[in-house]
Amino acid sequence: MAFMGHTLSPAPLWHNGPTPGAFYNFPANSSNLGPASRPLQDFRAHSASPITTTTSVVAVKFDKGCVIAADTLGSYGSLARFRDCPRVMKVNDLIMLGSGGDYADFQYLKDIIEQKIIDEQCLGDGLNLKPRSLHCWLTRVLYNKRSKMDPLWNNYVVAGIQDGEPFLGAVDKLGTAYEDAAIATGLGAYMATPLIRDVTEKGPLDEESAKALVRKCMEVLFYRDARSFPRYQIGVVTAAGVKIDEPVDLKHDWSLAHMIKMK
Amino acid sequence: MFRNQYDSDVTVWSPQGRLHQVEYAMEAVKLGSATVGLKNKQFAVLIALKRAVSELSAYQKKIIPIDEHIGISISGLTADARMLSRYMRTECLNHRYAHDAPMPVGRLIALVGNKMQICTQRYDKRPLGVGLLVAGYDDQGPHIYQTCPSANFFDCRAMAIGARSQSARTYLEKHLNTFTDCDLQDLVAHGLRALRDTLPNEVDLNTKNVSIAIVGPKTALRVSDEEELGRFLALVEGEERRGGTATGDAAAPGDQPQPQVTLWES
Repeated sequence: MAFMGHTLSPAPLWHNGPTPGAFYNFPANSSNLGPASRPLQDFRAHSASPITTTTSVVAVKFDKGCVIAADTLGSYGSLARFRDCPRVMKVNDLIMLGSGGDYADFQYLKDIIEQKIIDEQCLGDGLNLKPRSLHCWLTRVLYNKRSKMDPLWNNYVVAGIQDGEPFLGAVDKLGTAYEDAAIATGLGAYMATPLIRDVTEKGPLDEESAKALVRKCMEVLFYRDARSFPRYQIGVVTAAGVKIDEPVDLKHDWSLAHMIKMK
Repeated sequence: MFRNQYDSDVTVWSPQGRLHQVEYAMEAVKLGSATVGLKNKQFAVLIALKRAVSELSAYQKKIIPIDEHIGISISGLTADARMLSRYMRTECLNHRYAHDAPMPVGRLIALVGNKMQICTQRYDKRPLGVGLLVAGYDDQGPHIYQTCPSANFFDCRAMAIGARSQSARTYLEKHLNTFTDCDLQDLVAHGLRALRDTLPNEVDLNTKNVSIAIVGPKTALRVSDEEELGRFLALVEGEERRGGTATGDAAAPGDQPQPQVTLWES
């Protein structure tokens, strides 16, 4: 039967020769090493760096819950390309998720998380995902992806209510995870966390003061971060549920930059 | 060789609409020694009667811990039980690894049910010859589940499986309404009385042939040591059997057909 070849996976009719209309490339010939003889595209190489990016996420715990804020800009390098990229999502009644970094990777994982929640609702056993579980799960997923040399280029902030207590945790693209009372990713880690800690160390916040604090951080970040945007979303999670507001416009006043002389 | 024409294979129907091989597998559960599971508002308890193959051998282990919050008690083929318990342990560990939280008991049982169902439907497999009582504690409180070789599983307030377990079930049914509100000691005592009702007259419960496992809120699953067993057994020691607290009807020995043999809703 050997002379019949592999009947189930027959070899192509025309192979080992030049593509029609092209020259034959001899094996191990240096002229083969040019870009033309490589596979057309290595898609994986593309995902190893972000394309459409989003900037900081700012989040803080207050006495009865957590608040997350993030602007809605999707940048293409330094180009402010997309102006309506919401990136604070409701996961379930007690979990909210914010993301910074590659927007496509966030959309990819968002779909998976939404399906995970739908699957859970289909079980109908009355149990709901808890924020600590999602935080841990994200750690596993992101670490697994980075181990394949193909990271999801995101910083995630998980906010929620875990057994009646506020929960706030962060995961980066390597799967490094931590919990804290105040979390800011991206440039916000340098500019917003000190501002938040100055306030939180004076005592616990209530919902309104937490929101005001986060708004102040978004304003400072808008002045200082060249990839930021004056329109942003605020989401709040308490035992009563998740509420993510429509994007609001930040009132900015550049007169405070009077020291800068434009010539 | 065969008891009838239609039991040659799990996938063969009888004209009465029965799958004889699956029903034979259900009988394997009744060959194992009896085990009882029951719960109150907080705790789930498993109590099992262990057998020794001979005077010279140790008693066969009946209760297998699965995770911090789940344990099973087995009746039937031990080898099949070990396969299932390994699967359950793996699932619980994976859930902890991925979600940093204990596996919800109901979801684990659903997985086990699906696994057991596959081999009731394929001609190259056989149904598992083991019944489990699963005790667990999660966010929704204590649970007692029963699984069968037919791949049915039941959420129970109390249940007994194994040899002569009908007597134990009769006891449990009679006292069912007292379990919810009684304390842990009484709960174990009820379980021991139910288990004792399955024994022949010349045998009694002792620290060697009884195994007890308890799980509850902030209490990881614990299989009692000999000292604790002794304290629990003292609760029911010297009581008159089958009538001390149960009625005379409970004395009826032997197995009635178990109600859960049904393969689907009739």
